[in-house]
Amino acid sequence: MAYSEKLVDHYENPRNVGSLDKNDDNVGTGLVGAPACGDVMKLQIKVSPEGLIEDAKFKTFGCGSAIASSSLVTEWVKGKTLDEAATIKNTDIAQHLALPPVKIHCSVLAEDAIKAAIADYKAKHGQS
Amino acid sequence: MADGTGETVAAESRPNIHLPIYLDYQATTPLDPRVLDAMMPYFTGKFGNPHSRSHSYGWEAEEAVEAAREEVAKLIGADPREVIFTSGATESNNLAIKGVALFNKDRRNEIVTVVTEHKCVLDTCRHLEQEGFKVTYLPVQQNGLIDLDDLRAAVTEKTVLVSVMAVNNEIGVVQPLAEIAKIAHEKGAYFHTDAAQGVGKIPLDVNAMGIDLMSISGHKVYGPKGIGALFVRRKPRVRLVAQMNGGGQERGMRSGTLSPALCVGIGEACRIAREEMTADNERIRHLAHKFYETVKAKLPDIYVNGDLEQRIPGNLNISFAYVEGESLIMGIKDLAVSSGSACTSASLEPSYVLRALGVEEELAHTSIRFGFGRFTTEAEIDYAADTIVKRVSKLREMSPLWEMVQEGIDIKSIQWADH
Repeated sequence: MAYSEKLVDHYENPRNVGSLDKNDDNVGTGLVGAPACGDVMKLQIKVSPEGLIEDAKFKTFGCGSAIASSSLVTEWVKGKTLDEAATIKNTDIAQHLALPPVKIHCSVLAEDAIKAAIADYKAKHGQS
Repeated sequence: MADGTGETVAAESRPNIHLPIYLDYQATTPLDPRVLDAMMPYFTGKFGNPHSRSHSYGWEAEEAVEAAREEVAKLIGADPREVIFTSGATESNNLAIKGVALFNKDRRNEIVTVVTEHKCVLDTCRHLEQEGFKVTYLPVQQNGLIDLDDLRAAVTEKTVLVSVMAVNNEIGVVQPLAEIAKIAHEKGAYFHTDAAQGVGKIPLDVNAMGIDLMSISGHKVYGPKGIGALFVRRKPRVRLVAQMNGGGQERGMRSGTLSPALCVGIGEACRIAREEMTADNERIRHLAHKFYETVKAKLPDIYVNGDLEQRIPGNLNISFAYVEGESLIMGIKDLAVSSGSACTSASLEPSYVLRALGVEEELAHTSIRFGFGRFTTEAEIDYAADTIVKRVSKLREMSPLWEMVQEGIDIKSIQWADH
């Protein structure tokens, strides 16, 4: 598959690979996808007391598009508030990486991953 | 090489490695240089039509075609009159299956085949279902081989044809052809085998094995693309309805002007295969074994798909757990291989062959097919093994599934959200 330069870059040099402590109160963890579909993303955010995402880490089992989408997302959420991060759209991800049509679902999963991480953080803090 | 883990010795410093390294010998094979040599005159001065009866241009072309036919026949233990040339194994499969089925449709209207057959066989059978044939698609065991009892139960007095491939293109397993032929004949059915991946790789003898029809592919045996052959038994005679109508060439079974160059090509390829099969196999077996042992020593949780004994030496289909196939292929650009992963097919479904083995979906997504052949070198497989180990290791570090396994979590126990 002919991928864009940006996509290949994220694949060869993924940003923020790793894990945060999921038991840490300030960490929100989103785990989305399914091995049977060939796509699993784990996205974690560390939120400062002021409500800003100060760190993000990811791990992905999936194709090049899935890895690039989740890597990109960890870059984009850093420095944002939870509400700002929740506005990241899969279409933005797909456009930035120039995802081929058959790979759009990877960007959808990345958007789901952010939302899941945010939801997890909020649940830990008694918010919905 | 950007693999992020440092010390891979660059390919440039290794002699005799041409990148990307070709490890996809089941997809196609390069022309053996000797085959090209044999073909060339028929693209230049000897350009006659082999069916031209009245002058030497035609006679010399015909002579070349008939000599080639004899070589194809010799490789499979057949009489040259039983070999007809086609455009490739796809056409041979169509001709064998449709041809025999349609000729006999008033007496018998059932066909038995296997779920792991090549698409052209499956699609041909599906087409015949629409023409009123009943087709049974036999399952395979976990090792990729059919259960002979299943076959025996499926073949009836109404079965016209049993079609089972000799060697599977994805996983390299070899079916028990002689036993299958026997079962087919017990009920008076013909036995056809798509031997595209077997010719020149395993010994084939149509008489010893009781084969009635056999499909052969030129470009799988270091011959040119665009030519194949079909063995059609004469004693007892197998009759079929031609699928290409015209001047009645190839004993009325396949009309169309033959290309002397292409026929000579497949003939020479078969001659070389016959003479060098044993030596080739020994060398390839050594290379494949070394590759697998090297990779296995450094990577836990990898699985070979398909029976480990009943296989051709030049194929290894390996699942690398917790790493997705397309992401692996992207990272091994120096290696030309193919993946059984959904992501590399147009649909989101993994390989139907792996699915038929019972390989679970997530493992099917992690599979890579490695094909070794006549021109594979030891330097190439050393480099390839090195590359695979490095890239799989790196991707596992990025994999949430690998992380869970390291933490002792049973992945199967997790409730994954469907999407």
